[in-house]
Amino acid sequence: MTAVEQVDQVFVTAKRHVVDLAPLEFQPIISVLLSIIPILAVFPLLFAITTILERKGLGRIQNRLGPNRVGPYGILQPVADGLKTLFKESVQPRAAEKVIFFLAPVVLVIPALLAFSVIPYGRNMVPLEMDAALLFFFAVGAGTELAVFMAGWASRNKYSLLGAMRAIAQMLSYEIPLILSAVPVVMLSGTLSPAAIVSAQDTYTATIAHWNVFKPWGFAAFIVFLIAAAAESNRSPFDLPEGESEIIAGYYIEYSGFKFALFFLGEYLGLFAICGLGITLFLGGYTAPFSFLNWIPSWIWFFTKLLALVCFFIWVRGTMPRVRMDQLMNFAWKFMLPMALINILAAAAWRFVPILGFRWSISALIVATGYFALGEGLTQKGQYGKRTYKFAS
Amino acid sequence: MLGTGLIKGLAETAKNFIGSYSDPERLVTVQYPEERLPLKENTRNFPFLVFDGNDSTKGLRCVACKICEKECPPQCIYIVLERDEKGKPQKHPRVFDIDISVCMSCQICVEVCPFDAIKMDQVYELSRFDRFDDLLLKKKDLAKSNDYYRSIHPTEANDVDARLAEEKAKAEAAKAKAAAPAPKPVMAPAAPASPVTTVASQPAPAVASVVAQPALPTPAASVETAKPAAAPPPAESPKV
Amino acid sequence: MPSSFYILALFTIASGFFAMSLRNLVHCALCLALSFLGVAGLFLHLNAGFIAFAQILVYVGAVAILIVFAILLTHNTEEKKGESATNLVLSIPLSAAVAAILLNGAFSTQLALRGTGNTAPSVRELGTALMTSYVVPLEIIGVLLTVALLGAIVLALPERSSPPEAG
Repeated sequence: MTAVEQVDQVFVTAKRHVVDLAPLEFQPIISVLLSIIPILAVFPLLFAITTILERKGLGRIQNRLGPNRVGPYGILQPVADGLKTLFKESVQPRAAEKVIFFLAPVVLVIPALLAFSVIPYGRNMVPLEMDAALLFFFAVGAGTELAVFMAGWASRNKYSLLGAMRAIAQMLSYEIPLILSAVPVVMLSGTLSPAAIVSAQDTYTATIAHWNVFKPWGFAAFIVFLIAAAAESNRSPFDLPEGESEIIAGYYIEYSGFKFALFFLGEYLGLFAICGLGITLFLGGYTAPFSFLNWIPSWIWFFTKLLALVCFFIWVRGTMPRVRMDQLMNFAWKFMLPMALINILAAAAWRFVPILGFRWSISALIVATGYFALGEGLTQKGQYGKRTYKFAS
Repeated sequence: MLGTGLIKGLAETAKNFIGSYSDPERLVTVQYPEERLPLKENTRNFPFLVFDGNDSTKGLRCVACKICEKECPPQCIYIVLERDEKGKPQKHPRVFDIDISVCMSCQICVEVCPFDAIKMDQVYELSRFDRFDDLLLKKKDLAKSNDYYRSIHPTEANDVDARLAEEKAKAEAAKAKAAAPAPKPVMAPAAPASPVTTVASQPAPAVASVVAQPALPTPAASVETAKPAAAPPPAESPKV
Repeated sequence: MPSSFYILALFTIASGFFAMSLRNLVHCALCLALSFLGVAGLFLHLNAGFIAFAQILVYVGAVAILIVFAILLTHNTEEKKGESATNLVLSIPLSAAVAAILLNGAFSTQLALRGTGNTAPSVRELGTALMTSYVVPLEIIGVLLTVALLGAIVLALPERSSPPEAG
């Protein structure tokens, strides 16, 4: 092993050494624990970093300073936030369903954490190797919907129920384009295992990596995936389940203290997981974009991409206003779903057209035609056109 | 085309993000405890009592007439008249309390006071650990010097000082008239000049501001005159 | 059979029982979701990961949510009417018939038991089987679902009795 490879595999070898130290009958459980504990340590830490990044970034986007009081440049703000939520009283409405009210945040966080188990964080760094891992990821995501419903219903509050209904309708609608946008990748790499999908992208022509996002179908699928991911994780501009102006905070209106923090954590963990999946599917996972950058360890690449994607979502949150419910549904069913289906066609063209140039142009043509036609359909029908008023001119 | 607006928006926010680092002028934030914005001259929140001179009890302009107490809509003022041993009223308050947790900053007390004894303050850092006793301001908390009043509301204070000086001069003239039945009639035209001389007890800058003061009312006057001219169009509109 | 099978089976049956017997309909729906999860666990126990995850995705993620939606959007039925005798008379033969069909299907199938040598098929093998030997049933199911989708859209369309408002 060269020095570069050693640095790349430092966590893998460290884990193997620790496991080897243990007696034989404990080795499986030690191995599992050594995979779980880093996930439990790294992602909540990333959550803390993201909250401060988000608050600073949104502040800067709005020409404000953002939090700058706790610690140098305000970097200890998450600590203060965390302590505050921990010490707050956990209020439970008298009419609430006690058990379900308590279980909802737990049910939300567990699937989010489970989803991390199939993402490759670096070369040979997949916590759980599975044949149908991609399906596992999406299946686990289904638990979030149930948790949201449980939270909204158990609070016995009409706003939380409305918020939960909105959230579930939104998640169900956007889950279809989300899964369909992953289909072309599965089609062309011929596997459902994220590690294999990443290694399929780990080749280079003239120093440029074969990431899926660099291909026409991959690019379109990536955009669809990003939009659906924002909707799935209730991020702005699709954060209307928690619209402050109309339903106050949606399904977690009655939650306070640590349970609220768990909801918050679960939402961000979901965002990280789905960003991790997007990186795996489209952005080449842990691989470097250029072959001459291969000396940087793979796990650094993964987390750099993850942070970049999270920052992109923060940027979007600072830019877009919240969409209306009917716009949301129209967009899901009239643009996202057909676009994802057309994109599958483009991927099929890519798969079966033999000559490289042809392959590029046909695939790009299908994607572009679909995009423009659907875009025209959305804008021409008056749905997104110039607003007309009944009385005012 | 679908999506161009989104990209335009993203570019705009990116410009803001980078601009806020490169150009500090963009930031609107005031780092409050360290730096603060200067208050506007006519900022007001809670009333205080004005005293002349240096003694906060003797110089108090308040004569405990209780007009403000009666007029106060939320009834946050409490006044007890000072009496000497024989029970004779002393023309100044023994107790003057304002509960600023009740006060609604309406300024009615200031408008009704015939002695210009109560004015509006500008202090706003009023958070206290006890919301009952600490927010009930006593006479000694309320009494603030005329210099302070001048420093927070210079224009208004000059008006008040000029008026008070005029009244004082008139009163003195009347007294002099009463004392000497044959005064020189020449004294009367000299009256407008007298404020300056009576105000001379005040610090010197005040005199300068008295002189500068007539410059201020002119824009207000022009607004006053402009208003009637602008009035006719709305009056005609119902006919249309 | 290892004890994990019995734990999973007990979990599935118990949650299924509660799904039938609890008073609150939402509790029943949540128990049903739990029971679906238990079935998925049984599939995993048989090394059939793909089917287990598809079960969770479809049943927990969609069917349970659909049931919950149906409960919430329909009229509040928490007050219970007494079961009439005709209901009972109708329901017993109906459920017996359904049980007979299911049991017939279960017993007439050649069950590959765990540990009898054949490993669970991989996703690739499953896909190949679906696209070659089972392509006709797959297509028929696809057509059926599309028809159902179209029917739902037709039902949900607003009636065009009055001319649309001039905008």
